[in-house]
Amino acid sequence: MSPLSTLTPRVKTLKINGLDVSASEGEKILDVARQNGIQIPTLCQLDGLTSVGACRLCLVEVKGTPKLLPACVTSVEEGMEVTTTSERLVKYRQMILELLFSERNHICSVCVSNGHCDLQGMAQAHGMTHVRFPYLYPQQGVDASHRRYVMDHNRCILCARCVRVCDEIEGAHTWDIQGRGGDAFVITDFNQPWGESQTCTSCGKCVQVCPTGALSEKGKSVAEMTKKREFVPYLTLMREEL
Amino acid sequence: MTPEELQEQAEKRRAEQKDTPHQIRVCVAAGCISTQSDQVKEALVKGLSPELQKTCQVNGVGCMGLCKEGPLVSVDDTLYKAVSAADAPELINSLSQTPVQRLLCDSKAPFFSRQKKIVLENSGKINPEVIEDYIAADGYVALHKALAEMTPLQVNEQVTISGLRGRGGAGFPTGLKWSTVAKGAAGQKYVICNADEGDPGAFMDRSVLESDPHRVLEGMAIAGYAVGANQGYIYIRAEYPLAIQRLKLAIRQAERLELLGKNIFGTTFSFHVELRIGAGAFVCGEETALIASIEGKRGTPRPRPPFPAESGLWGRPTLINNVETFANIAPILRNGGSWFAGIGTEKSKGTKVFALAGKITNTGLIEIPMGITLREIIFDIGGGIPDGRKFKAVQTGGPSGGCIPEQYLDMPIDYESLAKAGSIMGSGGMIVMDDTSCMVDVAKFFMEFCMTESCGKCVPCRVGTVQLHGLLCRITDGTATMDDLSQLEELCDMVRSTSLCGLGQTAPNPVVSTLRYFKEEYLAHIQEKRCLAGVCKITVPHAAGVSR
Amino acid sequence: MERARIATVWLDGCSGCHMSFLDLDEALLVLADRIELVYSPLVDQKEFPENVDVTLVEGSVSSVEDEEKIRRIRSRTKILVSLGDCAVTSNVPSMRNPLKPEAILRRAYIENVTVQAQIPNQDVPPLLPEARPVHETVKVDVFVPGCPPSAGLIGSVLTELLEGRTPDLAGQVRFG
Repeated sequence: MSPLSTLTPRVKTLKINGLDVSASEGEKILDVARQNGIQIPTLCQLDGLTSVGACRLCLVEVKGTPKLLPACVTSVEEGMEVTTTSERLVKYRQMILELLFSERNHICSVCVSNGHCDLQGMAQAHGMTHVRFPYLYPQQGVDASHRRYVMDHNRCILCARCVRVCDEIEGAHTWDIQGRGGDAFVITDFNQPWGESQTCTSCGKCVQVCPTGALSEKGKSVAEMTKKREFVPYLTLMREEL
Repeated sequence: MTPEELQEQAEKRRAEQKDTPHQIRVCVAAGCISTQSDQVKEALVKGLSPELQKTCQVNGVGCMGLCKEGPLVSVDDTLYKAVSAADAPELINSLSQTPVQRLLCDSKAPFFSRQKKIVLENSGKINPEVIEDYIAADGYVALHKALAEMTPLQVNEQVTISGLRGRGGAGFPTGLKWSTVAKGAAGQKYVICNADEGDPGAFMDRSVLESDPHRVLEGMAIAGYAVGANQGYIYIRAEYPLAIQRLKLAIRQAERLELLGKNIFGTTFSFHVELRIGAGAFVCGEETALIASIEGKRGTPRPRPPFPAESGLWGRPTLINNVETFANIAPILRNGGSWFAGIGTEKSKGTKVFALAGKITNTGLIEIPMGITLREIIFDIGGGIPDGRKFKAVQTGGPSGGCIPEQYLDMPIDYESLAKAGSIMGSGGMIVMDDTSCMVDVAKFFMEFCMTESCGKCVPCRVGTVQLHGLLCRITDGTATMDDLSQLEELCDMVRSTSLCGLGQTAPNPVVSTLRYFKEEYLAHIQEKRCLAGVCKITVPHAAGVSR
Repeated sequence: MERARIATVWLDGCSGCHMSFLDLDEALLVLADRIELVYSPLVDQKEFPENVDVTLVEGSVSSVEDEEKIRRIRSRTKILVSLGDCAVTSNVPSMRNPLKPEAILRRAYIENVTVQAQIPNQDVPPLLPEARPVHETVKVDVFVPGCPPSAGLIGSVLTELLEGRTPDLAGQVRFG
């Protein structure tokens, strides 16, 4: 590739929901849609972190492809025709949200994130009035051993934002996931209490990126526990420019 | 090793075998070992008089296929079944006298005569722990041919012409995959052999590795040459200790003879093979999860694209094929791609190894040409259903596959037909069920498997399989309603359409296929509170009006 | 016009949803002309009547008594409304579910009691193994989540139902 071509990436033209849009080569459908005012729901994706395509909320239809594609990791292609919402997609997204609510013990009324929770807001936006799947009510722990923060596994949706921000931005990799399937849960270090972690820098980035009330600051009321996430894309950008 | 030396080795070994008039072969693959074939072998070795030792060799060999009748022993051309250590003296006597009638196994039976062996051509004949045996059976000839006479492009061409498709299950054209990796970004590339066979009831790859490990190594080395890789990994599950042991030995032997390692056959081509032992996760059979596992990360799949062929192990172009796929490579190169393409059907070439399990007379390992019917496999080769029971269904493709009912028995075996019938070729597990099986219970078994083996990364698979399993439990315990049945169908569609990797995308298959062919069994559980096969214990049905 | 026969019931909940209902204040007077409150914790009616047009259910199904009640209510009600998070999601009552009743009762009545510690077993209905949302026991026609749902929302749901329409709350309501 000549230096010139790295400076001016090739422009792709495509359609999203019938709208003609242009994008740079390598851009993801999700970003291009958002730039054009088209909202695609996401839970595991967060600007500034690598995308993993795990929550499956951002699945979109692409003409000529039988499979649904995750918008957060699918690159645009010339002539692509993307549909971000359809009867089928709406139904699947509702089911994904219902599955998440049924999985652990999400009790919004007593949650520190009540009113500013991504999961709760997403459910409302998708017209959820109740959960059709039986609740599983698993026994989940709460790790309050850290001086400043609390981890409540009852409210975790395993989006792994905490894992990624700790690894990719803070560079500590304190968080990870243990176990398989429904038994998977986030851990600090080798599943030691968070308060005893040798690697945790107590930076609190994980708390800020957590979409639900799973990670919160001690002593903060519901009204105070709003999360600030703008720093993630900012840090990523600054580091890229170095 | 030079080609001449290889030739010499082969001649020497053949002459050695010729000089020994009598050959006793004892199966020492996992199936027969589990019925103490190792003791049989020991008894035979000890039982040979010094006189006989000069004229008779006792060898441990790989799988002879009819696992059900093990331990299997062949004395020259006579096959014996269910042999115990105590039978050794009689078998030794048979060398000079008449065969031991009570242990005879009919080697002319359809089980043996109807098979066609390419992958298993050496299984049961050569000693898997002796590289010279493999060399005497034309081993490493194909590798030499590729290196000495062919360009990588020509090797790819032959594989493409052969029409070979991935034997791991999905049936992706092997030649196309190889060419993609060959064309991938220049620099370091990798070849991975996927030996993480994990389907319940499947033991094809295990058997190949235990019976003929060099065949897989040779296939990998040829692949390395064709795609431009100098490093190979075999990702094998820890539950296969014997296969691991024999592979380790085979790698050491091949390296010692310079058939693997640096400058193979004096060319510039080098190829190293290392083992990576899986820690028991079924999902690590999924290629991106497998790659993550080799990299030392948590074995979870990632979205594709990019495909491993473009960006695989450590971000480099990576060829990843199944054991059986690699096992087909040497014969294809020896005999030419068009020879292979002449076997099988239009779109499914060659042969396929199947592991017969369940309610079938001849449980064991078979290899058949593509295109023969399920009926031939189950009733001719497999000997039909034991105990006078009636055939009900055959499950192919493991937890990702489906149950095929009687009306499809005359369908030819190929990738497309199996898919049309609602199942998949899969890696070759074949579980036969008779009328004592409850199909809802079968679906529940496979769903439980997927539920426990889900990696937990994506929501539909992690939670969807748990909810699907819950619904199936309610059906089998008699508390389900018709609403539950429609929720089951809806959720199957959702999990299949939205899951991240193949595990989740195919997890609903056993449910969908049994709903397609055996819906009356679901309805009987729900509406009549009755299990038609009498398997499910239906407790007191809950009061009417319950919505769940 | 004949007045609609309305009932409200209170299962395992905190009565907050009923309080929210009462918060309709003067709007209650308008409603009163159109409805007949045939059963409620607010009126002295012992037996749940037949032929009820709309029943608002507050609370989750937590005890054997709740379960019997809701089945009877369902069989006598045309439109069953799950009112509030406890009925819709089982909410706070469900916090005991992962621990199972035995441990809960022991904690509450034995471990934290200094005088006459005993688990009550007379005149109180036994707990079900888990507190469950209403729709996991009987069919529910309308879901009104919220902790509690606002008075205005309850009012509009009732008005819609009285007009013969099924209220569509999608997007307007949330848990919590």
